[in-house]
Amino acid sequence: MEQATISVERSMASGARDVAPIALAAAVIGVSFGILARDAGMGVVAPIVMSLTTFAGSAQMAAASVMQDGGAVAAAVGAAILLNLRYVAIGVSVAPSLRGRRARRLAEAQLATDESWAIAQDHGRVNRERMIGAGLVLLVAWTGGTVAGVLGGSALGDPATYGFDAMFPALFLALLVGQLGDGRSRIAALAGALIALLLTPVAPAGVPIIAAAAGALIALKPPKEPTP
Amino acid sequence: MSTTWLIVLVVGAATVALKGVAPVLLGDRELPAPVARVNGALAPALLAALVAVQTVGDGTALAIDPRAAGVAAAAIALLLRAPLLVVLVSSAGVAAAVNALT
Repeated sequence: MEQATISVERSMASGARDVAPIALAAAVIGVSFGILARDAGMGVVAPIVMSLTTFAGSAQMAAASVMQDGGAVAAAVGAAILLNLRYVAIGVSVAPSLRGRRARRLAEAQLATDESWAIAQDHGRVNRERMIGAGLVLLVAWTGGTVAGVLGGSALGDPATYGFDAMFPALFLALLVGQLGDGRSRIAALAGALIALLLTPVAPAGVPIIAAAAGALIALKPPKEPTP
Repeated sequence: MSTTWLIVLVVGAATVALKGVAPVLLGDRELPAPVARVNGALAPALLAALVAVQTVGDGTALAIDPRAAGVAAAAIALLLRAPLLVVLVSSAGVAAAVNALT
């Protein structure tokens, strides 16, 4: 029992440590969100509450930019929910690794983000402790960045001036490179990118990303026996 | 209730539900082998889609702008096996420089 506790703590610590550079990027992107949210007239407290509860960068950015453009409530909510539909699929992949009663599983699932889920990948499974450790660090960084953005953002100006808008895709690219171990994951990645690009001009934001999950269907076929 | 708070609460509640629906309903039972394999391939498919859309997506249009230069710089840094922090700083730095020059 003692031993098990120690190894759980080690895994959480390893997740927290490995996510540190990602968390720095999340904090910077959180600053961008805070600036955008303030510009969009969301005030000070609402963007911070949103970072704590929604805890999903692209959906929050989408909701804030719809508000900034004067879009309808339904459009802002719809865009954010479409972007977060991928979390149903992420939830399915996380489910077998979570422990305990339903309320606890629901709470632990909230710490799944694109980044914590990606770095917790362990031979086709999700390492629960690594995901929790990484998720907690990301939650603090993301919310801290948002606070800094809404409070001090006006001094910084447009996030694009600093190239912050390129950090998001660069971060996902770095996470992707770590996932391309075998031929099938490369085909899945290629298919996912193509589906998303082809749908972007014709589908509402968020739909291209969730449709790209179809790229993973390549793995329905059992792996070939290794040839000697 | 203001529009802002309505959006924050609805999006927050929806996201909690989306993240939690599978873990709550499926429990910790193991997934059938084909589903588990598809799950293993989900990370590369979704991450690649996020890279693509956030590099050249601009609302419902495609656009080549300073972000593309920043992501190209990140790709080079990754090829050189640079640490993640270097990858991220070079993407922001190059995108900012191209943004300033154009």
